[in-house]
This record gives sequence, C-alpha cells and structure tokens, in this order.
Amino acid sequence: MPIRFDQKPGLVVYITAGDPSLDASRAIAIEAIDAGADVIELGIPFSDPLGDGPIIQRASERALSRGVKLADVLEVARAIRAARPQAGLILFTYLNPILRYGLARFADDAKAAGADGVLVIDMVVEESAEYLREMDRTGLAPVFLAAPTSSDERLEAIAGHSRGFVYAISRTGITGKQQSMTADASALVDRIHRWSKLPVAVGFGISNADHVAQVAEFAEAAVIGSAIVELIERSTPETAPGAVARFIKGLRQSSTALAR
Amino acid sequence: MSSVILPSAPSESRPGRFGIYGGRYVPETLMAALQELEREYEIAKADADFQQELADLLRDFAGRPTPLYFAKRLTEDLGGAKIYLKREDLLHTGAHKINNALGQGLLAKRMGKKRIIAETGAGQHGVATATVCALLGLECVIYMGEVDMARQELNVLRMRLLGAEVRGVSSGSKTLKDAISEAMRDWVTNVRTTYYILGSALGAHPYPTIVRDFQRCISLEMKEQILEREGRLPDAVVACVGGGSNAIGAFYEFIPDRDVRLIGVEAGGRGTALGEHAARFSGGVPGVLQGTFSYVLQDDNGQIALTHSVSAGLDYASVGPEHAMLHDTGRAEYTSCDDARALEAVVKLARTEGILPALESAHAVAEALRLAPTMNPHDILVVNLSGRGDKDMGIIAQELKLEGATSLRG
Repeated sequence: MPIRFDQKPGLVVYITAGDPSLDASRAIAIEAIDAGADVIELGIPFSDPLGDGPIIQRASERALSRGVKLADVLEVARAIRAARPQAGLILFTYLNPILRYGLARFADDAKAAGADGVLVIDMVVEESAEYLREMDRTGLAPVFLAAPTSSDERLEAIAGHSRGFVYAISRTGITGKQQSMTADASALVDRIHRWSKLPVAVGFGISNADHVAQVAEFAEAAVIGSAIVELIERSTPETAPGAVARFIKGLRQSSTALAR
Repeated sequence: MSSVILPSAPSESRPGRFGIYGGRYVPETLMAALQELEREYEIAKADADFQQELADLLRDFAGRPTPLYFAKRLTEDLGGAKIYLKREDLLHTGAHKINNALGQGLLAKRMGKKRIIAETGAGQHGVATATVCALLGLECVIYMGEVDMARQELNVLRMRLLGAEVRGVSSGSKTLKDAISEAMRDWVTNVRTTYYILGSALGAHPYPTIVRDFQRCISLEMKEQILEREGRLPDAVVACVGGGSNAIGAFYEFIPDRDVRLIGVEAGGRGTALGEHAARFSGGVPGVLQGTFSYVLQDDNGQIALTHSVSAGLDYASVGPEHAMLHDTGRAEYTSCDDARALEAVVKLARTEGILPALESAHAVAEALRLAPTMNPHDILVVNLSGRGDKDMGIIAQELKLEGATSLRG
C-alpha cells in the first residue's frame, strides 16, 4: 500500500476527475506526482457537494456537464496507477454515487483500478459498518475525516477505523482557501496523535507554502485542494499539468526552506 | 433499486432509523452539533416548562388548535365521502411551518444559540423562522433558491420586513435542494454559534424526529376533533408531501389505527420523465441526500436529479425518511398530482368553499376531489390544508391565464 509520506511535509494533492477532461486529469496527476506529490486524491464529481466550497463545486459541475461517470474516474485511476506505481492514490467522493454503483462493486473495481484508499465525506464512523467490511475485504484503506469539533470519543473511533492516514480538517467550514492557519489545526492533530500512530494529513484551506510549512511543524502531511483546482480552472487543458507541477515544485521548495 | 446496498445494517432499534431509512450522513464537523442537538432535545422534551412555553405560544401566538372544518358544499358537489379540512392555513404566518419553527426556536434559545439559519422553498418555513426569530430576539439568515425567490417574491419581502437576511442561492436547480446545501455549508462553517432550524422532517438524525414531534399536534387535534364531531375515526387522511412535515404531522397519531387510510400526495409536475416532477416514490430509488437515507430522484450514476413542481414547497428530490418506511411497509399510500390538477383544485376549493389553498395543499385537495366520489356518503375524508394560497397568487394568476381560466369553472 503506497500511502506513505517519505518527505516532510508530505503532500496530498486533490483534483476533480474530469475537470477539465479525463485525459487532462490523468496528465495533471502524473505531473503532480513527478513534482513531489506523495498522494493523489482523485475526486469523483457529485451534483450536491455540501462539504465543498464554490471552487470545488464548480469543478464538479464542469466535470458532470461533460458526462463524467464513476466508471470513467476509475479508468483515470487505473492510468495513474500504471504510470506512477510508487504514489499513493485515494478516491474522494460522496456516498450516493457509490451506493448507486453498488458498494461491493465499487470496492472491487476501485481496488482493481489500483486505488489505495477511499474517502467519503458524508460517511461517519457510526454509519460505516458495511462500508468498512467492504474496505476490509478488498484491502482498501478507509480514510476518515476528523474535525476540530470532534470529541475525544469520536477521535478515538475515527483514528481506530482509519487506514493509511487520518485527514484532519484544519477548521470548521467547507473546502476553500484561507488566509492563515488557525490554532484549531495543531490542537486537533495533537489529539489525533494521542489515539493513533497513523500519519495525519491536514486539509481545508491549505493554499500556499507558508501554510504547508506551518503544517509541517505539527503534522505529517498537508492536503492541497481548492488552490490546485482554482489553478486548473484558470488554465487550459494543455497548460494545466505544467501549471500544477510548477505550483507543487514551488510549494515543495519554499515550504521545505521555511520549515528548516 | 437492486443496485443499492444499504450503508449499514438496518435496525429498527437504532436511534434515528425508520426501518432501514434515516441515519446520519454528514461531514464530520457537524457530528458534534447533531449529537448536542439530540441530547438537548431529549432533555427539553421531558421538561414540563419547555413544553408549557411551547404550548402557550402555539395557542396564543400561532393560533392553535386550528379548526376542523366540514366542507359542506364541496361534499355535496362531489357526492361521496364527507370532506373535512384541517385548517393549518389559519395559523399565524399562514402554514403549519410555524409549529416547528416555534419548537426549534425555543430549543435554540434554550441552547444559548444567538444566530439562526434556515432554508426555505415556498418561503413559508422562512417566514415562520423569521417570525420566531423576531419574537425571540435572534439573528436570522434564510437561504432560498433564486428560482424560488422569484416565484415567491411576497414571502421574500415578508422575511425581510421581519428582520431576516435572505440569501439567494444560484447553484444547481436554484430551488429547495440547493438552499438546504447552502444552509448546511453555513452550518458547517459556523457550527459553534449557529442553530439550523431545518424546515421539514428530513435531514440527518435527530431532525426527522424533532420536526415530526413538533408537527404531531396536527393529528392529535384532528383525532380529538373528528371523534367529537363524528364519534369515530376518519376513513382516510390526505396530505401533500414535499419534505413531508405536514403529512407526518397529520398521519402520526393515526399510524396505529390500521383502518384509517393515510394518503400522501407528491408533486407530479408536468410529466413522468426525470426532471419534470418531484414524485420520489414512483420515480426515485433509495439513496443518501443531505444527511439521510431515503427515496431520492437521481440518475443512473447517483447524481441528484433536477425536479419540477408548480409548487415550490413540493419541489424537492428526496423525502423524509419516516415516509420512506411508511411507504415500504404499506402503512401509507403515496400518489401524485400534476400541476394542472393542483391548479384545478385551487379553483374548485376557492369557488365551493371560499378558501384559497396554497399550491402545496392543493395537491392534497386534488386527491380528495378524485377520491371522495368513489367513497360512500357515510365515509369520512380529512384533508390537511397545510397552508393558504396568498403567497401563490402571482403564480396562480399566471398559470390559470396560460391554462385558460374560463375552462376551470367551479
């Protein structure tokens, strides 16, 4: 299972599959890995992404308007895995597209496509018995979210059921860029570390090298989402992979320098 | 339906489950708030002072009990079952929504929350929430789809007059579903200070239970009133079903009374194709939308379908989970009424009884118009008239002109 963070800080890079096109998503992911991403979080677009902010919501709308389906996203995953077997690959989505596809079928096909894990934003540990059985059966890593509002009891369950890494939400709120990291994030990561030895990746609002360097002080990895998706939105399908690669290289270099 | 696998083992005994439906499917950030709400509600429910304060406000401020009115002319005109109307339209703010808004508003105040958010489709829940916030001195933000803002302009003005901020939602279908998503996003962001007054018996546990409990007064009164008037229970209770709060309120006390038919009426819109209606039980499959597992209108890929109804309040892609259970167990029947029949029902009720129903409620009236003539004169049919039609006058005038008002003789 290649979910691991060899560099400090590790980088998880989110892209919405099919935005701007399936081919471009594959190319962006490969370039991102080559530029220093440890894990790719590949988003399966959903019509009603209530955990996401406007940037990722627009990306989902663009992908859906081009007819992107869950099966297409699995093909993109397969292509990324074939081209870059060393990187981690997580599928990110909402529950309903998976239920409609069939939970067991989804687990089988995601595993066959080469995914390492799955993150379902509206799946909480209490409701996840059957989901966890399927993840366990196929060897996929279930990644759960932990929030600053989660109680210690919940964090224990979240850490206990997560595999690969725990995703710590840096603040209350939806996905999107923010000005500065809040104190919420480091306190949350400390609390998660009490319950688990898994790496913790901090996400929601991480958009520049300063943020990544700050995260490196208290967590194993940072998740970059909306900043990447916005960059893709401003690029053409041809220029997007290069633009994302340059952004990640810049983050990697300056955040490492800042962290020293 | 065969492709759907349940997200977890169904259990009647798990809190927040209605058979296999219901549950809690939300971003982790909201879990603490939902658990706090569940806890605080259980305490409030058992607190005599809370119940008394709510009962006083329901009586003196909202206008309960509402009358159970025998629609004599309509009954004679149709020549079948005796038709009674439960007059929720006579409540303050014009619909049953005030029952729930008062209950949750008091709960929010008790929990020390100063900021209230809500979503609204037809505007009735938004007006009820804005009203309660004014009454209790709470800050109020209402999310409303831009399509709904245009067709329910009067209610937008009412909310603003009451001091609420109305935020238009321009994503997706620009209707109720998108307003709920925006309200949930606001709640995720401001969860520590904000109370979300959800307007129907849907969403994540404990909302479907809380809203049903606050609407249960409808069937409690109905039962008492019909026993007093007729000495027996009705043969059928009919209510429209959007999210399903007025219907669950009207059905709940009759669920153990197996001889009482419970009939929910969904929006048939303008056709049976996906996107042309909001008939979840005939056109949807079980899935998860906005925190709960229930019937959902969706495409083969699990993307939520757009919906259409002449009535903004019924224009929603999912339905409360308790209705999903009542549907599957056969305890309640669900049918649909299209836009045209709903408009005919508005005219019929206006001209036989002098009552202008809301377009939502007109769907239930239309079913009564169809059903009553097939029943015996000693049978009793109760229609839950969930709201009044003032808010819909613009749309009714426009639609009837298009349809040719002169052909719709009362």
